[in-house]
Amino acid sequence: MAAIEILGLEKTYMVGFWRKRPKRALQPLHLTVEEGEIFGFLGPNGAGKTTTLKLLMGLVFPTAGTARILDHDWTDPEVKAQIGFLPEQPYFYDYLTAHELLDYYGQLSGVPAKDRKRRVEEVLQRVGLQDIKGVQLRKFSKGMLQRAGIAQAILHNPKLVFFDEPMSGLDPLGRREVRDLMEQLKQEGKTVFFSTHILSDAEALCDRVAIIHQGEVRGVGAVEALTATVQGKVEVIWQGAQIPASMKALGAECHVTGDTVRAVLPENQQDAAIDALRREHIRLIAITPLRTSLETYFVEKLQTTPAASAAGKTLGTAV
Amino acid sequence: MTATRRTTIISAACLAVSMSACILLLRHIDQIRPKATIEDVLYLNSPTTIKRASVGFDGLMACIYWTRTVQYFGHRHFDRAHTYNELAPLLEITTTLDPHMLPAYQFGASFLAPKPPAGAGEPVRAIHLMEYGIANNPNNWRLYYDLGFVYYTELKDYRNAAEVFERGSKVPDAHPFMKIMAAQMAAHAGDFETARMLWSATYDSSSEENIRQNAVEHLRAIRVDEDVTNLETLAKTFEERTGRTPSGIAELATAAHLRGIPVDPDGDAYQIAPDGRVLVHDPDDFPFITKGLPPGYKPGPPKFHAQR
Amino acid sequence: MSPRIVYIAFNTFREAVRDRVLYNLIAFALLLSGAAIFVGQISIDIERLVVVNLGLTAVSLFGIVIAIFIGIGLVSKEIEKRTLYTVLSRPVRRWEFIVGKFFGLAGTLVVNTFFMAIGVFGALLYVVHKFSKPDALILVALYFIVLEFLIICSLALLFSSFSSPLLSAVFAFSLFVIGSFADDLRGFAAMAHGLTRWVATGAAYLVPNFSALNVISAVAHQQPVSGQLILNNTLYAMFYTAMALSGAVLIFERRNLK
Repeated sequence: MAAIEILGLEKTYMVGFWRKRPKRALQPLHLTVEEGEIFGFLGPNGAGKTTTLKLLMGLVFPTAGTARILDHDWTDPEVKAQIGFLPEQPYFYDYLTAHELLDYYGQLSGVPAKDRKRRVEEVLQRVGLQDIKGVQLRKFSKGMLQRAGIAQAILHNPKLVFFDEPMSGLDPLGRREVRDLMEQLKQEGKTVFFSTHILSDAEALCDRVAIIHQGEVRGVGAVEALTATVQGKVEVIWQGAQIPASMKALGAECHVTGDTVRAVLPENQQDAAIDALRREHIRLIAITPLRTSLETYFVEKLQTTPAASAAGKTLGTAV
Repeated sequence: MTATRRTTIISAACLAVSMSACILLLRHIDQIRPKATIEDVLYLNSPTTIKRASVGFDGLMACIYWTRTVQYFGHRHFDRAHTYNELAPLLEITTTLDPHMLPAYQFGASFLAPKPPAGAGEPVRAIHLMEYGIANNPNNWRLYYDLGFVYYTELKDYRNAAEVFERGSKVPDAHPFMKIMAAQMAAHAGDFETARMLWSATYDSSSEENIRQNAVEHLRAIRVDEDVTNLETLAKTFEERTGRTPSGIAELATAAHLRGIPVDPDGDAYQIAPDGRVLVHDPDDFPFITKGLPPGYKPGPPKFHAQR
Repeated sequence: MSPRIVYIAFNTFREAVRDRVLYNLIAFALLLSGAAIFVGQISIDIERLVVVNLGLTAVSLFGIVIAIFIGIGLVSKEIEKRTLYTVLSRPVRRWEFIVGKFFGLAGTLVVNTFFMAIGVFGALLYVVHKFSKPDALILVALYFIVLEFLIICSLALLFSSFSSPLLSAVFAFSLFVIGSFADDLRGFAAMAHGLTRWVATGAAYLVPNFSALNVISAVAHQQPVSGQLILNNTLYAMFYTAMALSGAVLIFERRNLK
């Protein structure tokens, strides 16, 4: 069973003060997320990621289209007991303490009274919020609020979790913890759908991703499959001023700076380049990947027109 | 049916039902509270207190009290009440809040002075109200008219009435009628003609429904009183000539060479009693007549007619 | 009936209780009741009159202010601050949210009135030294004031469901003022003609009838209040509240949250 099936959801806003003009926030979206996978929803700011999430949560109503969540109609209130949601830059009732907030949310999600207290403690431990008993949320730092947000999303042990920019506001340690948490959730058999614009996280975590730009999906597929279509580049630095002929044959761009040479060539030529240097007995100083391949793919997709990216789409979904 | 649909239908139904219930309950509550709008007048009838409590919104409060006054009077008149205890306080409050609310003075002149059930029966308070109005609006000749009106109609104080009309005629832009009335009042106070002039002036110059209706009734009454007086004079002449009273109105009409049977404003013929008195066909139709009433007649509830 | 409404109501109550504005307003109302004692000392006969009048008016006015202040924030503040996102992503129906909020606010106001009433009775005891039977009428006046609060709460919620906090406050307060003159509005409608009459009549029936719920003057003069009026006012308040809440639900169910 697919965890999420989005069938043509679209959203058009009417903007303007006197004469309202339509503004398309989301083109008809078709997407499927399988159970047990971590799915990344990538895109620059304003692409439509948050709109999609708000549509799925029922906070905003679609202009057209439907969706199914865990094989229920997405408007079915009962299915919400099995999903968790962390909104972007969440606000909570700041006059409550974290315990009170989670207890309240637990009540609303239908967690039985006898389990609630225990689960609240467990989940607070899990997100790394200890020793905050009696502290009102208005005194929490941004990072603490984010952790509280994650806590409320997983409190009731949902099967499917939606995160909107889960890493925002976290220091590197916090981000590492969240990534670990998401891996754990996957181990527990949960499905994770998260939106982000930080590609390194997506590359590290996701089974599959979708790239969205200006309200339109530009590419969907498994990370490896997508990155296979694009080449990353590496930078090779070696001692001396000599440029081997074989290097040139590989299509390297070389610059001589003092007594080192800096060359940029495609990623898949990396091994060939190292061999070439070894053959010539040239001393290798450094090899550095210049850009991640997903980033390249991402940028490429953002630059193509919708028609061109349709071709790219089919490549991804075939996986 | 989706959950949203169901909620929509239920709340729409709830909205319709509660709205209807509210309207019905409101009407019921209205009936339980007949003294509703004048409640604060019952408890708080000091005009200065109300003025203070209005915190500057005097004009608006004056309008509100004026509306209440008219409503109050209209309801009680319709219900044929015998007391109008709150009329004077209401008018006093209205004019304290807005001394320039001229319709209030007119209303007071027409309805404060006369005795119940036609009015509140408080001519003295009416006079005070008019004088207060004149003091605050010295260049309004109409107020002098209203004051003179009270002296003439209710108090039958013709000397004061004439004096007031004289004062009023001196106001710049006074209607020339004021001078005429002053003269008329001085010379022929008790005449029908004077009364007719006064009531016609009231009818013509007022746009307030109650006041006009009242004037119409008085004009009809004057007509009847005049007719009866004339007919009784003719009957006396007849008796002197023939030594007996006329057997019927037809005989009197013929003998006095009248053009047809004399009829009252309703078109009913006058009747002549054996003792020579002339009577109207239906006294209840003429609330203010002083003549033509059968002996021992007790007036019923007032009726009002729209036309002259 | 799910307990979610109860949870939401309790949370709303808790939010109100932790709001410092509430305490300031209550303190001010109590202060006014105390001041009534001094004002009444002008004349021996009217001491009681002043305490009851001023005290009950203070309870009424401050309660309305509290109802509006807190009421407007109920929905619009939650939408603006997006605290609603994590609530509505749970199995909470939108209508449950509205109803729960209403009961929370209503509960807050009842508790409020209780404390302010103690102030009034305290002041009254001070000036008359001993309660007499007609003083029980003050309870009737207080009950009617609570009914007024319920109506205002539901209206604040209604406006809050579609407009900003500031506008909601303005609308709710305007309706309170107009509603206090509801009798006059109906009188005006009866006197008008044509289109004005229709519009005025419509308005007169839609506007909440606060004049019927205001028996402060009568009670101050120890005049009895008929049982019929109590019953009818209770029913009216119930139905009016239901009407406003239905409207709020209908609007909120359809609202796209920003």
